Amino acid sequence: MASLARVRLLGRRLPLGARGVQTTADTTQLHQAPSDASEPFTLKLHEDSFQTYNCPKPDLEVQVTKSELLEMYQQMTTMRRMEMAADALYKAKMIRGFCHLAIGQEAVSVGMEHGIDKNDRVITGYRCHPFAVLRGGSIKGVIAELLGRKGGMSQGKGGSMHIFTPSFFGGNGIVGAQVPVGAGAAFAQQYKGEKNCTFAMYGDGASNQGQVFEAYNMAKLWNLPTIFVCENNKYGMGTPAERSSSNTAYFTRGDKIPGLQRSLRSQVNGMDIIAAKQAVAYARKWAVDDQNGPLVLEFVTYRYGGHSMSDPGTTYRTREEVQRMRSTQDPIRGLQRYLEEWGVATEQELKAIDKEAKATVDQAVAEAKESPEPPLEDLWKDVYFKGTEPQFLRGREREEGKRFY
Amino acid sequence: MVSRLLLSRFAPALASARRPAAAVPRHAFMGIRRYATADTEQHTMTVREALNLAMEEEMTRDENVFIIGEEVARYNGAYKVTKGLMDKFGEKRVVDTPITEMGFAGIAVGAAFQGLRPICEFMTFNFAMQAIDQIVNSAGKTYYMSGGNVPCPVVFRGPNGAASGVGAQHSQDYAAWYGSVPGLKVVSPWSAEDCKGLLKAAIRDPNPVVFLENEMLYGGHVVGLLASYWQGQVEKEGSDITIVAHSKMVTHSMEAAEELAKEGIKAEVINLRSIRPLDIDTIIKSVKKTNRLMIVEGGFPISSRARQFDYLDAPVERVTGADVPTPYATNLEALAFPDTPLITKVAKRALYRTN
Repeated sequence: MASLARVRLLGRRLPLGARGVQTTADTTQLHQAPSDASEPFTLKLHEDSFQTYNCPKPDLEVQVTKSELLEMYQQMTTMRRMEMAADALYKAKMIRGFCHLAIGQEAVSVGMEHGIDKNDRVITGYRCHPFAVLRGGSIKGVIAELLGRKGGMSQGKGGSMHIFTPSFFGGNGIVGAQVPVGAGAAFAQQYKGEKNCTFAMYGDGASNQGQVFEAYNMAKLWNLPTIFVCENNKYGMGTPAERSSSNTAYFTRGDKIPGLQRSLRSQVNGMDIIAAKQAVAYARKWAVDDQNGPLVLEFVTYRYGGHSMSDPGTTYRTREEVQRMRSTQDPIRGLQRYLEEWGVATEQELKAIDKEAKATVDQAVAEAKESPEPPLEDLWKDVYFKGTEPQFLRGREREEGKRFY
Repeated sequence: MVSRLLLSRFAPALASARRPAAAVPRHAFMGIRRYATADTEQHTMTVREALNLAMEEEMTRDENVFIIGEEVARYNGAYKVTKGLMDKFGEKRVVDTPITEMGFAGIAVGAAFQGLRPICEFMTFNFAMQAIDQIVNSAGKTYYMSGGNVPCPVVFRGPNGAASGVGAQHSQDYAAWYGSVPGLKVVSPWSAEDCKGLLKAAIRDPNPVVFLENEMLYGGHVVGLLASYWQGQVEKEGSDITIVAHSKMVTHSMEAAEELAKEGIKAEVINLRSIRPLDIDTIIKSVKKTNRLMIVEGGFPISSRARQFDYLDAPVERVTGADVPTPYATNLEALAFPDTPLITKVAKRALYRTN
């Protein structure tokens, strides 16, 4: 069963001389979180929560509020429900082609969203559904896009890997290509003097791409506010990280760029989402407030499903491993235990959030299914910017085509 | 016509959906005097100067326009096309990069997604192959895949096609490769007029544009007729045969037309200018008149464009680069690309003449 390694909960009012409270697997916690939902209180993360490379360790004390913790729980639960709904729809053959699910990795996307500014930019590869929702999209918009409907966030034209919002540049299909593009978004932020940064995300599989190092080099050379985020879920499709990478300490691969890893320890503790938020806030301060240029962040995480819906995920790892990770290191269950222990919410209240999450997703799926397929006209739409279409776009044979003028 | 183009660019709602939206105001062409003949008085600017002036004007007009590429700033450009621009605009707007095409092309795309207007220079388009995924997949397709949400107003420019004695890896013509990708616009200008007008238009275009120059044209005072946006231009009128070409091949075709004229053959030379979208109407209009079509380009044969069979008296003659990687030895290199005598000879063949 889970070993709840030490997390110290520091109450607001401690008698003089008292030490912070420690919880271990054996003792139940003694201090409760403040009763006011928006009143900040302090958590202390385990000292091994982070590993650093040429930069100072982040503060282990994190300020949170009850309502924020509940929101994190609710968001992770909802995102998991959404991905599970996509799984079911794919198996029912309503979703076709590629579908890469992020079940198990919710702490990264939700934790990130709590640490950054809404005007920062995020770009990632193809495991993008939760980001698309959290960065200003909608569950209905994502599901409808997966179903290939007009109500999809890309009007049904992109599919699973190509979903965008004004602060989220997808959703990209070519492994690693999004990393220099992310550095480019940071270039523009610097050029325009914006007080924001860009999180350019990629996986352990993409980390060896040459263009990633090209982007590292230019970001460091020009002091671009780019946070390179390696979402290390230990497998690049069917290849474990040790078989693809001569150096699996991904946070150290920036060479002159310092790095920070939110380690396995925090995942084991179930504190990975809090540590993720803290790491991201640290990175943001590094790049935007302190203008130290780029930073490499690594999140150690795990996906329960295969690489995509066409991969069972059990030919290159054992079922036992997946089961073990699910039962001992799940980010949602981990957070749940603390919420209950600290009196942030009761089991019933959390069950109610679960139920509501399911209802929200079911509703969104129903609405998405209502959305029609795109009209045939849309084949010719948006090949070029509105108003700049060429005279004629040819179809498959000379009698097919679209004449614009 | 230019004013209608102007209106449609700056107030799309007012435009009848008839002409392409982007256009260049007429005053852009002031300072370039036009000659209807190939009179070689050196009053016009060189192709290089035209490109430089186009970029300077656009960078003055819009502070979001910047240049990024190898040696563009302190070296003043490998081919001196960006000469003086760093001195004028500073290193924030003219950015020297390391030799990492895939990386800086991706950075240009990301900057364009964020609303800037990058001009990404490749020292030659041979090197752009290292970045071709960013050009085709990240720049070319994103607007469509995003359902119209994410435009990419980037210009990729640089020399394309044959230079002289630079060997196989430095001589390929990529017009047909990029021309086959929907979502990109691909331009291959010829004259100084083309270069200035089309580069200004490309920079203002909200689509990703691949702008194919030619190194051997840079130094030339290449005079053509006034550029109109994205359309082919009849550079020389004729009635016996239509010769369609782009970039440097237009120079050879014009010379071939002179040769043919000595024998009483009136060739019509069309400067294609735009590979994608292709101006079919101009070609068809010409072929209806001449009934004979010849297409000249530097690219390899299998990829070259050949259409419009309907109005022809003779099969389409395709004159292209030879289907071999470009050799280094001068005499062999000469056999790898079309030249004036060859175009003249083939034109006569299309007219069933043997001499």
